[in-house]
Amino acid sequence: MLTTAGTAPERAVVTGLGIVAPNGLGSADYWAATLRGQSGIARLSRFDPSSYPTTLGGEIAGFTTRGTVPGRIVPQTDRWTHFGLYATELALTDAGVDPADLDEYEMAVVTASSSGGTEFGQREIQALWSHGPDHVGAYQSIAWFYAATTGQISIRHGMRGPCGVLAAEQAGGLDALAHARRLLGDGPRLVVSGGTDASLCPYGLVAQQAGGRLSPVTDPARAYLPFDRDATGYVPGEGGAIMIVEAHTTAAARGARIYGEVAGHAATFDPGPHSGRPPALRRAVELALRDAAIPAEAVDVVFADGAGVPELDRVEAEAIEAVFGPYGVPVTVPKTLTGRLYAGGGSLDAATALLCLRDGVIPPTAGVDRIAADYRLDLVTGAPRTAPVRTALVLARGYGGFNSALVLRAPGSTTD
Amino acid sequence: MAQLTMDDVRQILLASAGDDEDIDLHRAIDEVAFGDLGYDSLALLEVQSQLQRRYPVKLPDGWPAPDTTPVELLRHVNALLPVEVSGAATH
Repeated sequence: MLTTAGTAPERAVVTGLGIVAPNGLGSADYWAATLRGQSGIARLSRFDPSSYPTTLGGEIAGFTTRGTVPGRIVPQTDRWTHFGLYATELALTDAGVDPADLDEYEMAVVTASSSGGTEFGQREIQALWSHGPDHVGAYQSIAWFYAATTGQISIRHGMRGPCGVLAAEQAGGLDALAHARRLLGDGPRLVVSGGTDASLCPYGLVAQQAGGRLSPVTDPARAYLPFDRDATGYVPGEGGAIMIVEAHTTAAARGARIYGEVAGHAATFDPGPHSGRPPALRRAVELALRDAAIPAEAVDVVFADGAGVPELDRVEAEAIEAVFGPYGVPVTVPKTLTGRLYAGGGSLDAATALLCLRDGVIPPTAGVDRIAADYRLDLVTGAPRTAPVRTALVLARGYGGFNSALVLRAPGSTTD
Repeated sequence: MAQLTMDDVRQILLASAGDDEDIDLHRAIDEVAFGDLGYDSLALLEVQSQLQRRYPVKLPDGWPAPDTTPVELLRHVNALLPVEVSGAATH
């Protein structure tokens, strides 16, 4: 991959993580909770879900904007942006970066977005239909749209490099990290990337319900079981992860702690339903490995998309087996503890994969104890598995046909 | 209807644009232009909207503007409010 200048591209490394998850605020809390199997999935509590087919969600209970989001920003932003701003602060602190020390045009922001400002929008729609147009606030104009979180992060931290947003539902978070890598070495030295999502409100839930993939099971321990014989769909969640991605030369020069490298990526799109062509997830995996210039054998763990919908689980199980061989690589779905976080999901999985690389521990897939008979997957269940992990593959699929694959490698894995 | 006070104005600013840790609304803000207080055009649009929801007044487009001061806002809105008829009539 050459830049327009024809020079070798900068390697992209992650130097900071900021996690806001249903089972933990901050990466230390989240990782500890994930390793001990503590779930953030419960009956929805911020509104009464009794009349909905789906009653469960991964809510971030006890999140307050007090102390996490500047007071001025609160009335003009949705909860999803609050998460993004807070996670960014955590990530910058973790990376040991003060934006004031850097040239404003050398810092960029690229996030993923999926639901946009759902809760904010719902409030304004209610005001419109209950009280009239005069009661719709001016900030609806900037709170709802997909790039709002990118924009607010950029404004708050004075990051004036090439900013953007990627919308590919659950796959967007991986694409945002790949785009961060693309940007480095062509101007920006640092990119704030990742994504968050917050759509656990009546309006949001109705929209998700229409996708037909949410589980109707009311037992939080039995609702979201990817690859299980009893898979009935998934549970939605809110939150995500923001990470600081830097050019390797910059990170090394300042002695930054490096979690890992964004070593490869590919995104594909499924063919139409009557094309007769196969789903494109397998191709995304193969292309990502090729982009990382590694063989399948080099991958030590796969963080699966884990749709929890039987037909989709089958596609993924077959793609993994086709590339890695039957039981050929450990596979895990830690999002069973949080739900699927849409724009926050791909990023949270990538962050989890980096923590896995750091500690040499694979977090388990919760609740799955009867894998469907014909899936020949080495699924990590029960307890965390200690293993020498140097290379992780993260998969994510978005509703509508998005498939993304991201290769993350521990520091020192690739020859300098 | 009771006339607006400067505290009412503060309340509306807080409701419109949030509680900014860098802006002290409790000092004397009467003569400080909204722009100088840190309120941008969207915030002022929201202030206008909040005023019109709470009080029976119709404000001109683009007003309050960044160069409007809180005391000017107070005077203009109060001039538009229906005059309060007090219980003690003058004979």
